[in-house]
Amino acid sequence: MNTKFTYSFIGLTVILLLCFFANISLGSVSIPLDDVFGSVFGLSDNYIIQNYRLPKALTAILVGSGLGISGLLMQTLFKNPLAGPFVLGISSGASLGVALVILGSGLFGGAFAVALVSKWSIVIAASLGSFLVLLAVLLVSSKVRDTMAILIIGLMFGSITAAVVSVLSYFSSAEQLQQYIFWGFGSLGNLAWSELLIFFCIYLIGILLTTFSIKALNTLLLGENYAKSLGLNIKQSRLIIILATSLLAGTITAFAGPIAFIGLAIPHMTRQIFNTSNHKILLPAVFLFGAIVMLICDSIAQIPTSDYTLPINAITSLIGAPVVVWLLVRQRKMVF
Amino acid sequence: MTEHKPHIILKTNNLSIGYKSKTSTSVIADHINIELKQGELIGLVGANGIGKSTLLRTLTTIQQSLAGQVHLNGRSLDSYSALDLAKTMSLVLTEQLMSKNLSVFELVALGRQPYTNWVGNLSEEDINIIDRSIELTNITDLKHRKCFELSDGQLQKVMIARALAQDTNLIILDEPTTHLDMYHKAYILKLLQKLAKDTNKTILFSSHEIDLAIQLCDTMVVMTKDQVISDAPCNLITKGVFDTLFPKDLIGFDEKTGSFRVKK
Repeated sequence: MNTKFTYSFIGLTVILLLCFFANISLGSVSIPLDDVFGSVFGLSDNYIIQNYRLPKALTAILVGSGLGISGLLMQTLFKNPLAGPFVLGISSGASLGVALVILGSGLFGGAFAVALVSKWSIVIAASLGSFLVLLAVLLVSSKVRDTMAILIIGLMFGSITAAVVSVLSYFSSAEQLQQYIFWGFGSLGNLAWSELLIFFCIYLIGILLTTFSIKALNTLLLGENYAKSLGLNIKQSRLIIILATSLLAGTITAFAGPIAFIGLAIPHMTRQIFNTSNHKILLPAVFLFGAIVMLICDSIAQIPTSDYTLPINAITSLIGAPVVVWLLVRQRKMVF
Repeated sequence: MTEHKPHIILKTNNLSIGYKSKTSTSVIADHINIELKQGELIGLVGANGIGKSTLLRTLTTIQQSLAGQVHLNGRSLDSYSALDLAKTMSLVLTEQLMSKNLSVFELVALGRQPYTNWVGNLSEEDINIIDRSIELTNITDLKHRKCFELSDGQLQKVMIARALAQDTNLIILDEPTTHLDMYHKAYILKLLQKLAKDTNKTILFSSHEIDLAIQLCDTMVVMTKDQVISDAPCNLITKGVFDTLFPKDLIGFDEKTGSFRVKK
């Protein structure tokens, strides 16, 4: 029974490695594969690879897998196939933070504004925004007994922040709006090694918390009352799951922007292909699928051998949505 | 009489059930004194809205009691941790499963959760218990099917197998026979009777199948507006308790056949 999955996992890992090296090799300047291998394993020096392509490919892996996993966590916790990593309002919080920095800088005016809108200030604003929303959600979820209420409250947070962003946009200049919209496109290629390290550490905490929730997630498949009758501490598990999601989705949004679609679609893709709801299988599978899809999307967004880079956020939906539709139509049945 | 006294699994002491909010308390039933003995099949019957589900929800700690005590294996129910309780009492509820995309084996295996390690790996002993539960409920041929492929009757058997795998003294089922045809209603209740005998577990279920319950149960708990009374079905018939279950304008209890008849 499990050998079937073992082969799938080996296959996916091989595909992941292929995508990883292809992603590094492709771009505005094509780099031959032997040069890619040499640089990745530290045998030779290639400035583009070491300072640009390699961090970008690693970021893609972290972003894709992290978003996929947090989407899976939310779909199981909220028993809702429409849930994604951002249902709790985490990306809205980040958006608000960034909007306040970019759009709000006009209110402070002049030289101060220029100093304010640096890359780090955007990362910090996004982290702070998502962290504050996370705090509010955690506070609410420790008070509210009904899990569905948390979902609604998350959506409400999202509406409030979207409204504030609208008001800010109304008072902003075209230049500021453009800058804000560019952040919203998402970007994988902006991280230096030091930033990547911070990203990775927080990501790792999120993944660890998720691993400790596997049993709880499987128990939750029965529904909350059954889960409770099996000795599961619902409130505690819920808190850990929300915390893991927030850490993953929050840092990803802070460093790479609000990347849509992956978090919603990858869990569905994985369930359709693996045809199981067992999280012991699903979690590693979602990790691999998320990373692969993100690497492919990024390779396409770079438009090999051209100088253009398309918004990654558009590519994920353009490529991913038809795949999910095709999978659902082919199976004629949604697996959830 | 120095007859061997069977072990009492669950005992309530002047239990009062209902709903409490900040401003008001609505009592649904009070002065409930029942005893559930080891190895017995106990049917809980009563009209719609009389509080069967509330009683079961209270006994299973999904809902708080208003007053009185519940003792499980001689210990107050409140003193149980969630995990201890999971090893003593298992449930079959009316609520839909959130995901039916699990195989029958996987679903029954979830019954072992209170005993497995942090990631939920099954030991050899766990697998033996799961296989035995699957055999006892006659679903061996369904073992590798997905739950969404099953009929209501099959799924109910799987849920009972899951409760068995949890290996508890007491199994509580909330209306296990709803949505089932006449044959499967009888089948499920007969299965519960056999399980109580073979495994020496105490099985409490609520049901509207009073006729079947009278024939199969060791003890019945009857909830009426005025009282909650529990006794062997024969004694309850002699006492005329079933006649007080429903308003008398439409149906009446026929003591000779042990069933309800529509009044002409």
